[in-house]
Amino acid sequence: MNMAAHECLLQLHDEHFKLEDYQSGVPRWCTGCGDSAILAAVQRLCRDEGLRPEKTVFVSGIGCSSRFPHYMKTYGFHGIHGRALPIAEGVKMARPDLHVFVNTGDGDCCSIGAAHWIHAIRYNMNITMFLHDNQIYGLTKKQASPTSPRGTKSNTTPRGSYLEALNPLTVTLGVQNVSFVAQAADWIPETLFDIVKAAYHHKGLSFVRIIQRCPEWLPDAFDPWMHDPKRVLMLTHENGIKLSSGLAGVYTNQEQHDPSNMNRAREIASCIDPIPVGILYRNEEVPRYEDLRRSKTLRTTEYIRAGLESEFDKVTVWPEESQEQQAA
Amino acid sequence: MNETLELQHPKQAVARQRSPGREKPVTTLKEHIIEVISDSGEGAQRCGQSLGSIAAKMGNGIWTVEIIPAEIRPPARSVAGASGNRIRIGSARITNGGDETDLVVAFNEQVLLGRVRDKALMPGCIIMLESMWRESSDAAVVSSYVETYNMLVAAGYKVYEIPMEKECRALVSDARRGKNMFALGMICSLYSLDMKLAREQIALTFGKKNQSVIDQNILLLDAGYAWGEANLDFKYRIPAVRSKEAQIVVNGNTAIALGVLASGMEICAMYPITPATSASHYLSDVFEKVGGVVHQAEDEISACAFAVGASYAGKCTVTITSGPGYSLKQEGIGLAVMGEIPLVVVNVQRGGPSTGQPTKAEQGDLLTAMFGSHGDAPKVVIAPSTIEDCFYSIITARKIAETFNMVVVVLSDAGLATSQQPFPRPKFNESWIAPPIDQTAVPPGAKAYDWDATTGLARRFIPGQPGGMHTLTGLAHDRASHVAYDAETNEEAIHYRSLKLAALQKTLKAPPVFGGDEGDLLVIGWGSTKGAIEEAVEGLRAEGVKASSMHLRFLQPLPPGIKEAMQRFKKVITIESNWCDRPEDEIIDETNRRYSALAMLLRARYLVDVDCWSEVRGEPIKPSSIRRVITEKLKK
Ligand SMILES: Cc1ncc(C[n+]2csc(CCOP(=O)(O)OP(=O)(O)O)c2C)c(N)n1
Ligand code: SF4
Ligand SMILES: [Mg+2]
Repeated sequence: MNMAAHECLLQLHDEHFKLEDYQSGVPRWCTGCGDSAILAAVQRLCRDEGLRPEKTVFVSGIGCSSRFPHYMKTYGFHGIHGRALPIAEGVKMARPDLHVFVNTGDGDCCSIGAAHWIHAIRYNMNITMFLHDNQIYGLTKKQASPTSPRGTKSNTTPRGSYLEALNPLTVTLGVQNVSFVAQAADWIPETLFDIVKAAYHHKGLSFVRIIQRCPEWLPDAFDPWMHDPKRVLMLTHENGIKLSSGLAGVYTNQEQHDPSNMNRAREIASCIDPIPVGILYRNEEVPRYEDLRRSKTLRTTEYIRAGLESEFDKVTVWPEESQEQQAA
Repeated sequence: MNETLELQHPKQAVARQRSPGREKPVTTLKEHIIEVISDSGEGAQRCGQSLGSIAAKMGNGIWTVEIIPAEIRPPARSVAGASGNRIRIGSARITNGGDETDLVVAFNEQVLLGRVRDKALMPGCIIMLESMWRESSDAAVVSSYVETYNMLVAAGYKVYEIPMEKECRALVSDARRGKNMFALGMICSLYSLDMKLAREQIALTFGKKNQSVIDQNILLLDAGYAWGEANLDFKYRIPAVRSKEAQIVVNGNTAIALGVLASGMEICAMYPITPATSASHYLSDVFEKVGGVVHQAEDEISACAFAVGASYAGKCTVTITSGPGYSLKQEGIGLAVMGEIPLVVVNVQRGGPSTGQPTKAEQGDLLTAMFGSHGDAPKVVIAPSTIEDCFYSIITARKIAETFNMVVVVLSDAGLATSQQPFPRPKFNESWIAPPIDQTAVPPGAKAYDWDATTGLARRFIPGQPGGMHTLTGLAHDRASHVAYDAETNEEAIHYRSLKLAALQKTLKAPPVFGGDEGDLLVIGWGSTKGAIEEAVEGLRAEGVKASSMHLRFLQPLPPGIKEAMQRFKKVITIESNWCDRPEDEIIDETNRRYSALAMLLRARYLVDVDCWSEVRGEPIKPSSIRRVITEKLKK
């Protein structure tokens, strides 16, 4: 990654951060909300990686999950519904030196912000995004979301939702320039952390769908999967996630999956039961939009002036005498 | 285009038509309006643009207006298909497109008919009409041509039939594509323009192509000139005075793009939309040379959010659009207002509502710009009124945006977008450029929104600044940027965001009054109508009419001194290009009349009985219409 000039000026002595350096306020999520597990994993990541709080930005949309930045003691941008990705892209384009994260809900990303989601994958900017997928609109009190399974009873679908759920994994894997796709479940914190970490280290848009429980509106939606570890397909690989022996003993339904294998990734992504957990796809070779677009030259005043004057020259009508000077 | 050179030199080609030894009378004019129109793709626009540039280089005042059909490729020879350029050339500085056209060069009679029906042409004006249609193999074409020709002659137009196609065919194989330069040559002869400059202009226009293309076009230009010299029995001259200082000649959109460059902004996020796009086209071509980025987003919502994100991260960013796109940006604009993020939004207004008239000018978005988004969302609104203003308004907008942490909306319009007018070449000033991003540590205990009690201003913390960490939010928040729903805090924050407009207003100067300081009527306008209003006022004052005008650059906040100025006149009227109900309509009266946007604002703010007159024909308001309005208003 190319560094901005001012980044090199920072002191680079060893610093040790504590979890408290990233904690801010008391989360207002319901007890048992899966968002808390995600917050814990991300705060641990920041500490372990020693991310400087002032160089880190969490951008979100609107929803319960989008409250996330308020609970980080970093810079945060709690935006508007559906637009977290384009805001984050602007931040990254202006400041490639910042670590940029996005927190978005299933309504935020897959419904109102769906266009931005597709295009964010194409841009492939170096951003880590977490889709907090609770399969429901939490903040607005229980309406069906695009990822609600068919038959989900909600306030707008009291007799059950009518459509098959949208599958965020297959959608993401279907878009040109996809470079990192993973799935985690909030109730398996160890793997959640490993995936968050791998996502952070990926250079490009890392898409992490996190299956997130919403005890308030869909209290037992994920019980069958939680109570039966066999209904989780653990994706392991030397280039992917490795399971601790403890976890391997519980989650025995495993598959060695090479994240560079797109065809198999798409097959796995289509599988709804068991739910796959791990890294489905990773490709470090996809160019990043900010690298393609940003100039390598430092924008000094003189540089801007020269560019401007040369444009003026093309459209200038010189007074008689100075035209001759020009010619001479 | 066929790029091979052919056959005869134009001098020989026309030699047989020349009647030697005849000197033509040359009529000296103060100004003239010339129009060149064709089917789209036949190059009338290029011909007209080149004509404007040549005249400007000679030192004439010019104002060019593009004639653009609504469709990309309307059917050939269609009444609604006129594509071309209208060039007003004068001895002195020209500030607007003027009234009806004095001389028109038309490549077929149908596009000409369209212009006649639009009442664009001066009754009895000179028409130079391509004559090839008379000999068409299609009987319907012949009869339509003859019928139109006879009608125009009967109506008193001076119609000259010009065998453009035939003359060009003697020189090049694809005469349809080359006719425009022949026409340019002929016009150069007619108006005694400098052929050396004309040839240079062609070299510049086709500079990116190879030499044979340039040579071929110069051949056609020379042929047109020679044909004009030999065959036309009249000639004009519009004396020019070359300016003592360097001038640049660009249209409003290019001026905006140059303003973006000069302002030191680094990112422009946009989504294509007529008539704003050409600014981004030009910017896309040149921005990278100064390390800038034009980001074409997936839609305007994204473009605005991207710009907000980039601005938030420390680099005030611009997003450029027109009406429909401006509507889509509203939620993002509200976010920038709430978060106090600097942002420049350019709206090149077009006819609305909905898709409306994409290529036509209107001033319909003033109220949306001021009151758009939801809740109380104070933002700055400025409107350039000349091409030069388009350039400087962007620099000003960036500065205000960053000084006040506000959204600044720049309201241009389709008229300014495509019009060209020379203005003094700007002298670069370091203060135009944004300072580097502040990355210094924030003092302990400092708050992200520490609103100043007098001005509402607060210093902004930018990512990267140690100690400044906070979460910016679109939710109601307190000084520390914590979400706060309590009554006190909510009202406090709204209060301070509003105060910033007043703080800006305190720095503004009273707008000057054009004409006399007092009198019978004050005309108030904003945006692209300035030149036409002042021309009308100037003309009437010369006849003893006590009318003056005032043109507003700042629409929000309104500068001081407006009320005092209004009070020195017996009557006040705004002239705008947005709808107002017509008092003569049977059911319109004082209880239901909808006023034009600026009139409504002035009435509400100053409690002065401001009248309004408007036209929403999609074309720039003509000075003659304004003269009429002023005269009538004074009679009432
Ligand atoms: C433009 C707009 N439309 C609607 C809303 C109301 N709204 C807020 S959050 C939300 C849905 C949230 O669902 P999701 O994204 O799944 O987040 P969750 O609360 O489940 O974490 C809606 C519809 C809004 N804030 N803005
Ligand atoms: S409503 Fe659901 S998603 Fe929202 S905080 Fe409560 S449990 Fe979490
Ligand atoms: Mg949700």
